[in-house]
Amino acid sequence: MNTKTLDHPELAERFNRDEERVDWHDQTLWWIRQKRDKAAHTLPEWEALREAASRIKLNVLDNLDEYLVQFEANALSNGIIVHWAADAAEHNQIVHKILIDNQVSQMVKSKSMLTEECHLNEYLGHHGIDVVDTDLGERIVQLAGEPPSHIVLPCIHKKKEEIGEIFHQHMGTPAGLSDPQMLAGLARTDLRERFLTRRVALTGVNFAIAETGEFVVCTNEGNADMGAHLADVHIASMGIEKIIPQRKHLGVFLRLLTRSATGQPITAYSSHFKRPRAGQTMHLILVDNGRSVHLGREDFRNSLKCIRCGACMNTCPVYRRSGGHSYHSAISGPIGAILAPNLDMKKHADLPFASTLCGSCSNVCPVKIDIHQQLYKWRQVITQEGEASAAKSASMQVMSTVLSNHWIYKFGGSIGRKFMQWFPGLVSNKLNPWYKHREMPTPPEQSFQEWYAQNRKNP
Amino acid sequence: MSSRDNILAAIGKTKRNDREPSPLPQIPTSDTFNDRLIERFSETLTGVGGQVVRVTDWLDIIQHIEQTYRQVSISPAHRIVTTLPELSAVAEVGWSGLSPHLLADADLAIIGAHFGVAENGAVWLTESLLGHRAAPFICQHLAVVLNASNIVPTMHDAYERIGDAEYGFGLFMAGPSKSADIEQSLVMGAHGPKTMTLFLMV
Repeated sequence: MNTKTLDHPELAERFNRDEERVDWHDQTLWWIRQKRDKAAHTLPEWEALREAASRIKLNVLDNLDEYLVQFEANALSNGIIVHWAADAAEHNQIVHKILIDNQVSQMVKSKSMLTEECHLNEYLGHHGIDVVDTDLGERIVQLAGEPPSHIVLPCIHKKKEEIGEIFHQHMGTPAGLSDPQMLAGLARTDLRERFLTRRVALTGVNFAIAETGEFVVCTNEGNADMGAHLADVHIASMGIEKIIPQRKHLGVFLRLLTRSATGQPITAYSSHFKRPRAGQTMHLILVDNGRSVHLGREDFRNSLKCIRCGACMNTCPVYRRSGGHSYHSAISGPIGAILAPNLDMKKHADLPFASTLCGSCSNVCPVKIDIHQQLYKWRQVITQEGEASAAKSASMQVMSTVLSNHWIYKFGGSIGRKFMQWFPGLVSNKLNPWYKHREMPTPPEQSFQEWYAQNRKNP
Repeated sequence: MSSRDNILAAIGKTKRNDREPSPLPQIPTSDTFNDRLIERFSETLTGVGGQVVRVTDWLDIIQHIEQTYRQVSISPAHRIVTTLPELSAVAEVGWSGLSPHLLADADLAIIGAHFGVAENGAVWLTESLLGHRAAPFICQHLAVVLNASNIVPTMHDAYERIGDAEYGFGLFMAGPSKSADIEQSLVMGAHGPKTMTLFLMV
C-alpha cells in the first residue's frame, strides 16, 4: 500500500488484540447467518426468487438510463422535486442548499449508506448544520465519533457497557447502565424530542419504482417515518442503481431483503412514499458518484445489483473476525471490497485481498452477485495497475523468477525444506508476513523430484 | 451539460450493441402459504411481536379497549385516538385536520387495515386509513382492525391486490417498532409504538 492510512491486515490485527470480543463478534454474526438460513428454508421457491431478483436487476442495469428518465417523469408528476448529483460533493451541496433555502440548521437523518459514502455529516458539520442520526445503532456510533461498522447492524462491534458509558458522557444519563431495554428507552426519549422539533428529515431509499415514481424505505425502528412524517421537508437520497422497473417487483425484493439480512420475514415498516403530504415538500436526489463508471466495467457491473442486506458480511469468515472498521470504507465486508476499489483503487487496493475466496458470500447473496469471483478479478486488476502492496509484489516477482528457472527452483526447494526443518522458529514467527496470515505447513522430507527419482530406481 | 445529462450520457455509453438487453423474468410463486391463512398470519404476526385478538364485532373491540387500556390507565389524561367512527365511544375522532405533532401525547391509536399477508404477518395500510401519516408511529401503542377474510398468502398476492392503486403514502407494517442494535437484544418500541394489537374480526 502506498497510502499512509492503516490497511486491512493492520486494522484487523488491532481488532484481534481483544480475543474475547473477536469471539463474541464472530459468534453473533454467525448466529444471524443461521437465522437467515432458517428463514430462507421456509420458502421452497427461495432459489427461484434469488434468480428472479438477479434477473430483474440485470434488466435494470441494461436499461438504467431509460428507467431513470421514466422514474423522474413519474416522480415529478407526483409532486416530488428531483435532483441529480454527479458525485458526493454535488450531493452534499444540494442537501446544504435545501437546508439554507428553508433557513434550517438542524436535521434528523435515518439510515443511508449513501450519505456515509458521501461523508454528508462531516460536510454539513463544517457548515454549521447539526445532523442527528436517528437509527439507534447509528446514533450510538455517531455519539462515539465512529462510522458504522456494518450496513445493517451499525454498532455490532460495541458492548452494552460501552454504550452505557457513551450515553452517560453525551446524554447525561447515570453512569454504569448496561441494560439494553433501558438504554434503548433513554435513546427513544432523547430522539423523540428531536423528531418533534426538526423541520427537515433526510432518509435513504431501498427501492425506487420507475413505473410509479414512488420510493420505498424499510426500517424496523420506524425512525425514517417519524422523521419524514413530522418534518416540513423530506429529503431522500438514493444511488441511481436503486431503481426497479415495476411495483410488483417489490414482492420479490421485500421477500428476500430481510430474510437475508436478519432472518425476519419482513421489516416492521416498508414505507411507500409516492407524494408529499399536504403542506410538505419532498426532494429526491439521484446520485451517481462513480456508479456509471462501475456500470461500464464488464467484470464488476453485477455488484451494482446489491440491495444492502449485509448477508455477505454475516457469513464472511474474514469479516466476522476482523470487524467492519478494518475495511476503512463506508460499506465494509465482501461487497464493500468490490465496490470500494471502483471509487478509489489506490486507497482500497488492500480490500480485495481481505478474503479467503471461500465463496460463502456468493452463496448467500439474494441477488446472486458473484462476489468472490469479483474479489479475485480485482486482485488481478490491482496487481496489474501496480497498486498491490510492495511486499506482495516483490514476493510475487521472486516467485516468478524461481518458477521460471529449473535450477533455482530445485536448489531453493531443498534449501527451504532444510531451513524449515532445522529452524522452524525462524519461519513460523510473527516477523514473517506470510505466516501472520497463514498456518505454515510441515515441510516434507524430500521433494517430489527426489521421491520420483528414488522410487523409479527401486520399484 | 447538466449533471442529469452527464449521468444519462455516461450510462448510455456503457450499453452494448453486441447483445440484447436482458428481459424481465417471470415472478416465481409457490402454494406454500395458500392454506390456513388466518392461522399462518396470526402465528407469524405473534412471532414478530404483535398480539392477535380475535373479535366478532365492534362491541368486542370496545370491551377489550375498556378492559385493557382504560382500567389499567393511571393517568386521567390517557388519550386514545381512532380513525374508525365505530369506536368513537372509547376513542377521540376528528383529529386528522390538526397538526400531526398534536398526536405526541396519544397513548393508543386505533386504525383499520386493507388486508394482511400470511407469509410475514404484515398489514397493508394507506394514507386514507391513517388520519395522519405519523399516527401509527407517534403513538405509544397501536391497534389495527382487520377483517379475517382479507388475508392474502404472499407478497406477490399482496402487490397483485394493490395493483395500480393510487395513494400518497402506503406501508406494510409487521408488529411493533423494534431494535436489536444493542448486542442483538430485541427491544420493542424503538421509536414507534411499543405494542401492536391486531383485532382480527372473524
